[in-house]
Parts: sequence; C-alpha cells; structure tokens
Amino acid sequence: MTTALDDERRIRRIAFSQKLSHWDVKISPYLYISPFFILFAITGLFPLLYTAYVSVHEWHLIGGEGDFVGLDNFAFVLQQPQFWIALRNTFSIFLFSMVPQVTFALLIAAVLNENLRAKTFWRMGVLLPYIVAPVAVTLIFSNMFGDQYGLVNNLLGQIGIPPVQWHSQELPSHLAIATMVNFRWTGYTALILLAGMQAIPRDLYEAASIDGAGKPRQFFSITIPQLRPTLIFVIVTSTIGGLQIFDEPRLYDQYGQGGANSQWMTITIYLYNLGWGQLNFGRAAAVAWLLFLIIVLIGLLNLAITRSIAASSDVTATPRNSTTVQPPRQKVTA
Amino acid sequence: MTAQLTPDRVDSHVGSAPAEQHGAIRRRPNRLANRQRPGFLAYGFLAAVILGSVFPLYWSFLIGSGDASTITRQDIVWWPGGNFLVNAASVLENESVNFWRAIGNSIIVSTVVAVSVVFFSTLSGYAFAKLRFRGKTGLLIFVIATMAVPTQLGIVPLFIAMSKLQLAGTLAAVILPAIVSAFGVFWMTQYFGQALPFELIEAARVDGASMIRTFWHIALPAARPAAAMLGLFIFIATWTNFFWPFIVLDRQNPTLPVALALLQSNYFVDYSVVLAGVILSTVPLLILFIVAGRQLVSGIMQGAVKG
Repeated sequence: MTTALDDERRIRRIAFSQKLSHWDVKISPYLYISPFFILFAITGLFPLLYTAYVSVHEWHLIGGEGDFVGLDNFAFVLQQPQFWIALRNTFSIFLFSMVPQVTFALLIAAVLNENLRAKTFWRMGVLLPYIVAPVAVTLIFSNMFGDQYGLVNNLLGQIGIPPVQWHSQELPSHLAIATMVNFRWTGYTALILLAGMQAIPRDLYEAASIDGAGKPRQFFSITIPQLRPTLIFVIVTSTIGGLQIFDEPRLYDQYGQGGANSQWMTITIYLYNLGWGQLNFGRAAAVAWLLFLIIVLIGLLNLAITRSIAASSDVTATPRNSTTVQPPRQKVTA
Repeated sequence: MTAQLTPDRVDSHVGSAPAEQHGAIRRRPNRLANRQRPGFLAYGFLAAVILGSVFPLYWSFLIGSGDASTITRQDIVWWPGGNFLVNAASVLENESVNFWRAIGNSIIVSTVVAVSVVFFSTLSGYAFAKLRFRGKTGLLIFVIATMAVPTQLGIVPLFIAMSKLQLAGTLAAVILPAIVSAFGVFWMTQYFGQALPFELIEAARVDGASMIRTFWHIALPAARPAAAMLGLFIFIATWTNFFWPFIVLDRQNPTLPVALALLQSNYFVDYSVVLAGVILSTVPLLILFIVAGRQLVSGIMQGAVKG
C-alpha cells in the first residue's frame, strides 16, 4: 500500500500551498504599489532633486554640465531687474485672478445651493469653461482684448469710454490675463465651494432663521465660517497653480516674451527664456527653485491668515475632521 | 506627477447642541419651509453666468466663421458668417502647423496617459486602502506630500534627460513623465476606503481566491465609477496641457495646444483662422462634456469635502 507516501505528499502539498498563500499576502501589497513608486521615482522625484544639482552648476543646453559654481546662479538671477519685474507681474496677475474668482465663486455657489429646478443643468453650465484649454481661452480673449479692434474696446466706445490699451499698458494687461484665468476656473471653484456648503448642517440655518437672521446674515455668520476648510483648500491650490502661470501670458501676443516692456512677463516665462531662450539651464534651474520657495512661503502665509481670520469669526462646538481631494487644477508633467 | 493638490485636514466646528436638538424635534416641517424654490432672480443670475461661460466660445465661432475683415469692422457683427469651413480648411491644410497630426497626437497622448494613470492608481489605491503592510502610513503621507510640489521645478532635468535619451520631440517624452500620478493614487485610496467593504475581500479570500484574483474580481469592478471619473479628469488635463509639450515637442509633431500656439506665432495673425483652430481643438472636449459633464460635476463635488 502507498497510503503513507500519499499522505506525506498531500501534507507537503498543503504546506507548500499554505506557504505560497502566506507569501502572497505578504508580498502582494508591495507588488501593487511598486509600479507607482518606481515610475514616480524616475519621472517625478529624480527631476525634482536633480534640479537642485543643476542649479549649482554652470550648465548650457549645448555644452551640457560645466563647473560647480555654488550659489552663483541664484545670485545672478536675484540681481536681474527682470526677475523682480516678473515676480511683481506674477503677484499682480495672481491677486487679480484670485480675489474676484473666490468672491464670485462664493456667490455662484450660494445660488447653486438653493433648491433649484434642473440642478444638474445649472451646475454643468457653470463648469463649461473648464473644458476649454488655457491656450484656446487665451487666443479668444487676446482677440477680445485687442488694443485696436477688440470687442471690449468696441463695447466701451459705445458707452463713451475711451479705448484701454489692454496689451501695451501694464495694469490693463494684468487684468486681461487674470480675466482668462477667472473665466476658466470660477465655475470649477464654485462647485468645490458648493460641495462644502452642502456639508454644512441645515440645522444651523434653521436655528438662525428662527432667531430672525435673514439670508445675507446667515451667509456671513454661518456659511463663510463653516466653509473655512474648503476655502483654505481653494486658496492654497489656486496659489500653487496661479504663481506658476505660463500659458496665458505666453500666448497673450504672438511674440511670447511677456510684452514689449515685459509688462506681463511672469516668473515661468522668465524661467523659460533663461532655459530655452538663452540656453542657460543652470540659471533656469535656480529660478525653478526660487519659485518653489516662494510658493511654499505664500502657501504657509495663506494658511496662517485664513486660519486666524476664520478662527476669529468662528461659532462653537464639536470639531470635525474633513479631508479634501480634488482633481488636479492644472495638469502639468514632471 | 500632478501637483496643485493639497490635502487638507483641518478641524471645523459644526453644529451647536441646541440647534441639533431643535432640528431633531421639528425637522420635517422646518426643512420644507427652508427648501422653498428660489425666485426668478436666482435663475436670472445663473443664466447670466452661463451666458458669460458660453459667450467667448460663441465669439470664437463668430470670428472663426468670418473673414479677415470681420475683425476690423467698427460695428460688431453678432451673427456667424459663412466662412467657417474655409477657415477650418486653411487651419487643417497649413503645412507649418500639422493640425491633423496634432489631433491624432492629442488623442494618443491623452488616452494613454489616462489609461495608465487609472491602472496604476487603482492598483496602489487598493493596496493603500485595503491591504496591510509595513510602512503603509509613511508611504501614503509621502504620496500626499508630493502632490503639493509645483511641477515647474522638475522641468529642466526632465528636458535634459529626454534629450539624452533622444526622446525629445517624440510623444514618449510627453507620455512618460505623466504615466503615474500621486493625485490619482490618493483619489483611488479615498474611494476604496469608503466604497469597498472589508467583508467582500475577506469572503473572497476565504473562498480561496489569491490576492490578485481578489483584486481583479472584487476590487476592480467596485472601483469602476471612481476610475471613470479619474480617467475623465486626467484625459481633460492632458488634452489641455501646454507647458511641457510646448517645451519638448517641435513643429513637426505637436499636440493640439502646441499647434494652436504655432497658428498664432506668425508675424501677422489672422484671427479668423486662429479662432477656427480654437473651435476645432475644443469640439472633441465639448462632445465629451455633453456626454460626461454630469460625471465631471459629481467628481468635483464628491472630491470636495468628506467628513
């Protein structure tokens, strides 16, 4: 009889499959996450760290890597008036786009939060501009804001206002570019804020209306303070995106240099000109790092300000954790 | 990597006790009283907003269907002309722009990037949300942190690397840096966390399914709605992306935004042709929006704030 042998085989087989299953459980998670981490290390992490390496070297598009120069590239960039002009323009455009956008988005969200008929239709309607590429938006608006024959000046003329030099003057050009950003993002921001508003417990409004608070009072005393996490999120993400602005100023005229007198040249255009105009990668990398530091700084500042403002106007009661996730505002590679 | 994303964990203060009690007692009538239909003003306001959203596109079609003289006329023409097809043809036939090629390239790049981001994100998101392993929390925090890093930072070395690999000018140079997304991983992790019960996974395991079988037959079907939304967002983001393709691609082989920029880069800009190009490049996404706009809206709103 062969039973003894069979049994032994069977036991071995079970033991083997158990061992296999054990390893399956242990290793599978790492197998599942490793494609992401490996690819991310190559395409995301490596370029980030390598930027620091490039920024402390002499480095040209043609000649490639040169000598180690320490912080010379940073010193050079910081001494250029162009850098400071670019910084000022970037901030100016950013403020013109952020402040009206958030304000207007709040208003739209508040109206969308009403008990509307055909809800989905209205929500989709305000989101429409999101699918128009920034490049396309810029080409359309740059035509509408034409200095000579533009629609905007034409309409202004009809109500007796003299034409505005939307391209050749500094402030008007910033306004025009900010308008493009606002056109594309206001509806999107409004939907984020709307979602935040819907998470506010209705009881708060009921109590307020019983206490005699009208709609405007409810908006400022309940909606705004309750919306704090969502507002912080919106402001921080639009800071990260807004300070990197490139597409709109690059295509605002056909030359792409940010205007004849650099009226609307932004930091990223300056970075591009250093890297791909003057072919100086060391300096371009230095600008990239400076931009990063500025964004981190502004992000922290935003957070501090928003927190203190919201905290001072806060009501009461139990803390709640909320996590925010959003689709990428401006998808860029790296 | 996609940046511009800061997960946000902030305490908020909600619901004072008296208000809650009150709501519990008289909830129904009060809610009804509070949820009256808004008046004409609200609809009028929203209609104006939507008009503002549509108008630039309409204007683009107005100019794109006129001829060179439409722009310089002093009185504004509010109705489209009959020249759209002529202008569209001159966009498509412009030899220095390669518009046909750009359309094909944009479809390829956006599709490949969307599919690969969804695939890798689903795989990792499942592991992060539902499997136990060492170092999980640390790795997840790392993923979240990278979402906030601005992307311009990596552009210089990325270009150096692509040149060295002799990929500059090819579609691979646009696709490769975008094939994974930290945002995507976070998005899928969140979704699996709430939408897939542990019981289902355990049941499959007890029935003897291997890990990958469990993923394939249990997790993947459950992930479908979130995966579709993620794919949609990545597709749109890639389709409209300009900065990196503009740097790494050339005239002969552009994506649509790069081709549009080329249309405008002549000394004399003929806006009727440029804006016809704008319409051509926007129509595909417009169709997508009509088909899947509802999903976009709920994607943005679901992503917003989760308690």
